[in-house]
Amino acid sequence: MSTKMKGAKILIECLQREGVEVAFGIPGGANLPTFDALYQSSINLILTVHEQGAAHMADGYARASGKVGVCLATSGPGATNLVTGLGTAYMDSIPMVALTGQVRTSVIGNDAFQEGDTIGITRPVTKHSYLVKDVKDMARTVREAFYIARSGRPGPVLIDLPVDSTVNETEFVYPEKVDIRGYRLQAEPPISLDAIQRAADAINASKKPVLYVGAGVIHAGAAVELLELAHKAHIPVTTSLLGLGAFPETDALSLGMLGMHGFEYTNYAVAQCDCLIGVGARFDDRVTGKPDEFARNAKKIHIDVDPSSINKTVMVDYPVVGDVKRVLCELIKLVKPLDTRDWLGTIHDMKAKYPLVYREKEKILPQYVIQQISDATKGNAVIATGVGQHQMWTAQFYQFNKPRSIITSGGFGTMGFGLPAAIGAQFARPNEVVWDIDGDGSFQMTAQELATAAQHKLPVKVAIMNNQHHGMVRQWQDMFYEGRHAASRLNAVDFVKLAEANGCVGIHVEKQQDVRKAIDQAMQINDKPTVIEFMVERAENCWPMIAPGKAHDQLKGTYEELIKEGGQPQHRRAEADEESKLSLG
Amino acid sequence: MSATNKYTLSCLVENHFGVLVRIAGLISARGFNIDSLSVSTTEDPSVSRMTIVVDADPIKLEQVKNQLNRLIDVIEVKELKDGQFLDRELLLVRMNVSRERQGDLEALLKPFDGKIADVFNAGVVVEATGSTAKLDLLVEQLRAYGITSLVRTGRVALER
Repeated sequence: MSTKMKGAKILIECLQREGVEVAFGIPGGANLPTFDALYQSSINLILTVHEQGAAHMADGYARASGKVGVCLATSGPGATNLVTGLGTAYMDSIPMVALTGQVRTSVIGNDAFQEGDTIGITRPVTKHSYLVKDVKDMARTVREAFYIARSGRPGPVLIDLPVDSTVNETEFVYPEKVDIRGYRLQAEPPISLDAIQRAADAINASKKPVLYVGAGVIHAGAAVELLELAHKAHIPVTTSLLGLGAFPETDALSLGMLGMHGFEYTNYAVAQCDCLIGVGARFDDRVTGKPDEFARNAKKIHIDVDPSSINKTVMVDYPVVGDVKRVLCELIKLVKPLDTRDWLGTIHDMKAKYPLVYREKEKILPQYVIQQISDATKGNAVIATGVGQHQMWTAQFYQFNKPRSIITSGGFGTMGFGLPAAIGAQFARPNEVVWDIDGDGSFQMTAQELATAAQHKLPVKVAIMNNQHHGMVRQWQDMFYEGRHAASRLNAVDFVKLAEANGCVGIHVEKQQDVRKAIDQAMQINDKPTVIEFMVERAENCWPMIAPGKAHDQLKGTYEELIKEGGQPQHRRAEADEESKLSLG
Repeated sequence: MSATNKYTLSCLVENHFGVLVRIAGLISARGFNIDSLSVSTTEDPSVSRMTIVVDADPIKLEQVKNQLNRLIDVIEVKELKDGQFLDRELLLVRMNVSRERQGDLEALLKPFDGKIADVFNAGVVVEATGSTAKLDLLVEQLRAYGITSLVRTGRVALER
């Protein structure tokens, strides 16, 4: 017979059993009991400046570690401030548990101080949510929440904790087993060997196959199986933005990223392939362009843990539902070593013929900065980003080789994600180099979290591509709105002073020849954050680009167009070369 | 866009608070109109059955079923196909019918297994149960008598 414990204490006991080591959040009236219990535990409790920062930190932590990220907020405004972070994690299937304070159950619905219908507000941006009305439900709820967050297709789960659920006492009985009858099939979808055989037959009959890989491979920990499949059957591999790192870009079979700002040759390869094997990817509209035209000549296979992703935007011929790792293991046995020499030859020629291009200008080019960061870190850093041009250039010019090395908001496209996500990633991987490659627009949305990074002496490095614009918006306004720059110009901010005001090192870079020096300098600083402000070319556009709703071979900013304007080709190295295998020169 | 049709979904769900709004929210977030929805407990008091009739095209319907299955509180989703299930609705209609015409009304109701359930000063309340199609037909015929207000439960359905 165990003694009685307060709800908050039970909560912390459960968090520790789930392996939680760090939690991000802000205390307030309704969650003080939880914070008080955390204070007395071994969990590292990180105060953030804003709750959105807490959510993104938990998200960045989860993406970098593969563990469940935890964030906390009080009721009402604290909880609503988490919403953007929950939406970000939900769209990208990130395992997270959000713990929100709530007014006492006896006054719920009475418009009490800082009361909000958190469950209602967050319902569309969570995988599941719980309101703990009785302390007796605490242990089971926390156990289920973590199980749901990390199993099947992962996602954020919210637990709303009325004050009384955390201060009332009950016996602590830890539920060893979880059984949620409406969730069994989702947690472990049964695998159809017939479906895998049909997919294998389609692959074996193909001449021009392409593997199209998303973050599902990373979530499932199936990068090794992917590599084995690609090498056994000689199939080139393209990844979505979130799939970057699932397949090493130094591999000869790597096609890099596809889609709206993917490589020209990659999109051509997808347009020409006769068998497209989607693995843990959801055929997002930024990937497919015009869905009817996407890989129009290909038999399509889709392997996904979530049946609702299949046939959602693109109709496929061979759906395979199941855990990606398990399916790939079976598929490897069934595929034959294909003779794709002609196809790989075609791709090789296209790679050589259509590399990325930029034309050097008077001011620093953001693409060059990212090439230099890639080179300085040998592609081994953890890279967080905001959302916009700098994010796409990062995907193009940083060479990602390992899973969990890009931390970026793909589905929700949350500007301001970069810095707090980088902080979360640094907590997850304290001994690794973490960069936030950001834009001045994105960065300013959550720049206050520099204080959090400085407080914990995190050596996070922030590279701001300062073009004093919402650059991607400005590009679209130039392309589609006759150059009317409606509210896309940002005021000049002195980011060096902003960094210093927060206890960080600030570096200002105006000239291209100083870029590498500044990066190397930041790499030497290990006891505080560094912010480098690169004053970059303002009117630079992100190319190539498939306009929304267009087909993959209808590109703007192609190699030929840019070369005519005086651009210089930026060849990527396909072969791994130990000395400089990760440079892009 | 292919033509829309009415589909009947039968869902077994956890019987606790918030489940209805999760389901209604999921369906509305995808732009579907719920034609009717009825909820009640089943032989197992911890489980409720929802009968949902939606207007959708077949592809979107497949998505709705998949999305409903993603909800943790949803235990089972079944699409009930024509001929495989029994469905009923309850209809109540308040009508201004004078005493003299009540005999005619009763004669009209007879083939529909309907009856006059209540008589008051200004008229009557008519009650009938049956399939949606049958009740549609009855309502058409009742219009001639002057309907003042009408309520239907929406479809409940059970597999054969």
